[in-house]
Amino acid sequence: MSVISDADLVRQDAATLSSALSAGDITSVELTQACLNRISAVDGTIHAFLHVDTDAALATAQDVDRRRAAGEELGRLAGVPLALKDVLTMRGVPTTCGSRILEGWPPPYDSTIVERLRAADVVILGKTNMDEFAMGSSTEHSGYGPTRNPWDVERIPGGSGGGSAAALAAFEAPLAIGTDTGGSIRQPASVTGTVGVKPTYGAVSRYGLVALASSLDQAGPCARSVMDAALLHEVIAGYDPRDSTSINAPVPDVVAGAGNGDIRGMRIGLVRELSGEGYQPGVRERFDQAVAMLTDLGAEVVEVSCPHFDYALGAYYLILPSEASSNLARFDGMRYGLRAGDDGEASVEEVMSRTREVGFGAEVKRRIMLGTYALSSGYYDAYYGQAQKVRTLISRDFAAAFETVDVLVSPTTPTTAFKIGEKVDDPLAMYLNDIATIPVNLAGNCAMSLPIGLAREDDLPVGLQIMAPAQTDDRLYRVGAALEEALLDKRGHALIEEAPAL
Amino acid sequence: MSASAIERMKFDDALAAFEPVLGLETHVELGTASKMFCSCSAEFGGEPNTHVCPVCLGLPGSMPVVNASAIESTIRMGLSLNCSIASWCRFARKNYFYPDMPKDYQVSQYDEPLCVDGYLDVVVATDDGPREFRVEIERVHMEEDTGKLTHAGGDTGRIHGADYSLVDYNRAGIPLIEIVTKPIVGAGELAPLVARAYVTELRDLMRALGVSDVRMDQGSLRCDVNVSLAPSGEPWGTRSETKNVNSLRSVERAVRFEIERQAAVLSGGGRVVQETRHFHEDTGETTSGRSKEHAEEYRYFPEPDLVPVAPTSDWVEELRGTLPEVPSVRRARLQAVWNISDLEMQTLVNAEALDLVESTIDHGVDQAAARKWWTGEFTRIANEQGIALTDLPVTAAHIARVEELIADGSLTDKLARQVFEGVIAGEGDVDAVVQARGLVVVGDDSTLLAAIEQALADQPDVAEKIQGGKVQAAGAIVGAVMKATKGQADAAKVRTLLLEHLGVDG
Ligand SMILES: [Zn+2]
Repeated sequence: MSVISDADLVRQDAATLSSALSAGDITSVELTQACLNRISAVDGTIHAFLHVDTDAALATAQDVDRRRAAGEELGRLAGVPLALKDVLTMRGVPTTCGSRILEGWPPPYDSTIVERLRAADVVILGKTNMDEFAMGSSTEHSGYGPTRNPWDVERIPGGSGGGSAAALAAFEAPLAIGTDTGGSIRQPASVTGTVGVKPTYGAVSRYGLVALASSLDQAGPCARSVMDAALLHEVIAGYDPRDSTSINAPVPDVVAGAGNGDIRGMRIGLVRELSGEGYQPGVRERFDQAVAMLTDLGAEVVEVSCPHFDYALGAYYLILPSEASSNLARFDGMRYGLRAGDDGEASVEEVMSRTREVGFGAEVKRRIMLGTYALSSGYYDAYYGQAQKVRTLISRDFAAAFETVDVLVSPTTPTTAFKIGEKVDDPLAMYLNDIATIPVNLAGNCAMSLPIGLAREDDLPVGLQIMAPAQTDDRLYRVGAALEEALLDKRGHALIEEAPAL
Repeated sequence: MSASAIERMKFDDALAAFEPVLGLETHVELGTASKMFCSCSAEFGGEPNTHVCPVCLGLPGSMPVVNASAIESTIRMGLSLNCSIASWCRFARKNYFYPDMPKDYQVSQYDEPLCVDGYLDVVVATDDGPREFRVEIERVHMEEDTGKLTHAGGDTGRIHGADYSLVDYNRAGIPLIEIVTKPIVGAGELAPLVARAYVTELRDLMRALGVSDVRMDQGSLRCDVNVSLAPSGEPWGTRSETKNVNSLRSVERAVRFEIERQAAVLSGGGRVVQETRHFHEDTGETTSGRSKEHAEEYRYFPEPDLVPVAPTSDWVEELRGTLPEVPSVRRARLQAVWNISDLEMQTLVNAEALDLVESTIDHGVDQAAARKWWTGEFTRIANEQGIALTDLPVTAAHIARVEELIADGSLTDKLARQVFEGVIAGEGDVDAVVQARGLVVVGDDSTLLAAIEQALADQPDVAEKIQGGKVQAAGAIVGAVMKATKGQADAAKVRTLLLEHLGVDG
C-alpha cells in the first residue's frame, strides 16, 4: 500500500509521479484509482470529462504495474494518467468532438497520438469536454453542457480545450492532450493557471485529430508544470507518414530545454501590437512583473513591432470558417453519427439538411455559413485570397522579429476567465479572447502559455505567452522553465497550489 | 419503338448552316495497385465496401497521403501528350454534397493542374484519304474517384423514383486523371470522326504507357462530350455536355446527334440550353439532364491536408525516358515491317487486334496467319459472345502451338478451329484439347486408302468419270472420304492418294 494519500497523489506533477512509480513507492493502479476517485468526487461540478474509460484505464495501469514488476524497461510516463481531448480518435471509445452530431460514434481506429501514448504506456483516463468541433473560447459551445473553471465554478475554463485544462486544474489528471487552432490549448491554460504548448505546425501528427481548420490545427501537451509538458511533448511529437503535413526531422530536445532554465544572454521581444488597450490592468501588471523577472534572469528584453498582427483576427476568421465549412461537410448523417428526419419519405438532401440542422450548434452553423460564403466564387479573392496574403505578411513579421530576438512574449489572453454566459451571445467579444494566440497558428510556429500569477482585481490566473520560431520548440521550454523557477522561488509554491479545494 | 420527340436536322444540312465546336473531357482510372490517397487496393470490383479504410471512407480525423505512382503515371501521360509539367502545383477541394462522396468534397486539382498545354495528333479516314488533325490539350490533372451508387426499388435505375440506394465505396479514392481538350474547331463534317479518333488515340496511348487498362465497358475510361454550334458569323454557341459516353462508337454518335439536335433548335429560332445531357446507347440519342445555366458553386480551395506536388526536372526527364513509342508511330512501323496495305492495317486497328497480332508474331507465328486468326475466327467469336478480343482465353502461345501442329501435318485448318473452340470453352490448352477431342489428322495411307476404296465402290460412276479424264469429279470422292473420317483427314492428301490410286495425273 502506498504511504501517500489519494489527496496528495492527485496533486503531484507527472515528473514526481514518474519517479515514485519507477521507485516502486506507488503503483499505477493506485494512482489511476486516485484520479478516478477524484473525477467521481469533483467532475459532477467541473464537467471536464465527457467519457471516463474506467475499466480500460485500470487494465492499462495493471498491465504497466505487472510489466514493471517483471523488470521491464518502461518509458518515463509509463503508468501516468492522462485526459484526452474528445477530438482525437481512440478505437472503440466514443469520440464526439463535443457535438451531438457524433454522439455515440466509436471510431474504428486510433489516432497517431493515441498510438504513441499507448506505446509509451500512458494511462488514458477518458475524453474531455470541448467547444463543439473546437469552435469557441469558453467550452460553453459544447453540445453536452459547459465545463466549469476550478478557480471559480461560475467562470469559463477557456476553450475550446476547457475540459483538458479544467481536468488539470481540478487535479483530476496530471497530464492532458489539447488541440490548438487559434489558442485552444493556450487560452484555457492561461485562465486555469496551467501550462499549455502549441507545438510547431507539423510537429505532432494530425492523423486521427478530427479537423477543424487543417492548416491551423495542432495538438499539444497540457500539464501543471513546464517539465511535465515537455515529457508529454516528447512522447507525442515526431514524424508520421500518415500525415502529409508532418515534419520529417528530429524533434527539438524539449526535455533538455525544460531542464535548462538558463536564459542569460537570450534576447526576448515584447510585441508592441499585443499590449495596451483591451488588456485587463491586472493582466498587464502581472505581465510587466514577469518581464522584469526575465530581465533579472539575464535576458535582454526589447520591444519589437509586428504590424500585421492587427489583421490576424480578421484573416483567421476567414481561413478557419472556410476550411471548417469543408471539413465538417462529411457530417451528413449518411455513414455514421446522428441521422435525423429519415422518415422513409425524405430525400437524401432533406435528410442531410435535417441532420445538420439538428446536430450542429449555433456557433458551428455560424462558422459554416461564414466559410461557405468566403469560399464562394466572386468572393473567394476578396476574402479567402486576401486572408492568405495577410497570413504571409504575419509570417514575415515573425521572421523579421526572430532576426533580432530569440523568442517573443505577450500576455496569453487580454483578460482572466470571464463568467459563464457573459459572452456567449456576443461572438465578436468571444473571438477577441484569441487576439494574442492566433498569429502563431497563422504562421505555423510554436508557443507556450504558463501561469505567472493572479490578477489583482479578481484573484484569477494570468498567463504569459512565449512564442518561438518553427522547430525551436525547445526554446519555449527553456524560457518557460526559467520563469517558472523564478516564480516558484518568489512565491514559495506553485501557483496551482492556490486553486480552491472544490 | 416509338418515334423520338427530339427534332433533328439532317447532318449535311446542319453542317451547311453551322460550324460545330467540340470539347472532350476524358476521365481515366489509373491502374495503380493502391488508391490515390490510401493503401487500399484499387482493383476493379470486389465485394462491396471491402476495399476501404478510414481514409477512403473519409472518417473523421483521417488524412490523405498522395500515391507517388499516380503522380508518376500522370506526368508520363502529360509528357506523351506534349504537355508542360508544372514544377509546383496543389490539390484542391471541390465541395458539394453527394452520398457517393465520403467527405462531401472531392480532392481534385483546380487552377493548378499538373500538366498543361499539350496536343495529340489524330488521323481520320476521309474519301480523299487519311487526314490529320491536331487536338490541343488544355490540361491533365489528378483527382479521386467517387463511390458507386446503386438505386434500388425504382424502375429507372435513377435516384428519382428509387426506394433506397446502396453505396459501394470500393471505387472511392481510385486515382483518376482528367484530360481536357481545348475547343476543337474546324473539323466540320468530320467532327464526329475526329472525336472518336481522339478518344481512340488517347486510349491506345494510355494502354501503351501501361497506366490504365482503359476499359470503356468497365468505366475505367469515361468520356464527356461537349458540343456547340457556332451560327455563321459568330465565334461560339452555347454548349451541351453529354456525360459518361462509354464506347468509341457512342462518342461518334453522341457528337453527331448533338449537331443534328442543336441545328434543329437553332434553325427553329430556339436557344440551346446549357445543360448536361445523358446519352442512350439503345437509341443513340441524348436527353436533357441537369441545367447548368447557373454556374456551379464548388467552393474550390487548396487542399490543406496535402503538401504541394513539386516534381523535380530531373525526375520529369527521367520519366520522359520511359515513354513508349507513340501509337501512330508504332502503327506506321509495324505496317512497314509486316508489309501490309493501309486497308489491312485498318482492319487490324478496327478489330483492336494490333497488340495481339504483334505478340503472336513474337511467338514465332507467321504474320499472315496471326492476322488471319485474330481478325477472322477470333473476332467472330468475340462478337458472338459480346466480349472484347482481349478477353478471349486464347493466347499467342496457343496459336503458336496450333500453327506448329498444322505445319507438321497433325492438324488441318478445320481441326485447328475445333481446337480453339475447345480452348475457348475452357477444356484446357491446345494439346489437352487435341487429346481429349481426338482431333488428329487421319494421316496413315492405309486407313485413307480403305476409305477411298469404299467411296469408289459406293460411287462407281464417279470413278469412271475420273478415269475418263474428268479430274474435277474427284471432289465427290474426297468429300465422301472427309465425311467418313469425320473431317479429320487432310483433303489435299486424300486427293493425291485418290489420283495415285486410279493412276490419273492431277
Ligand atoms: Zn482506403
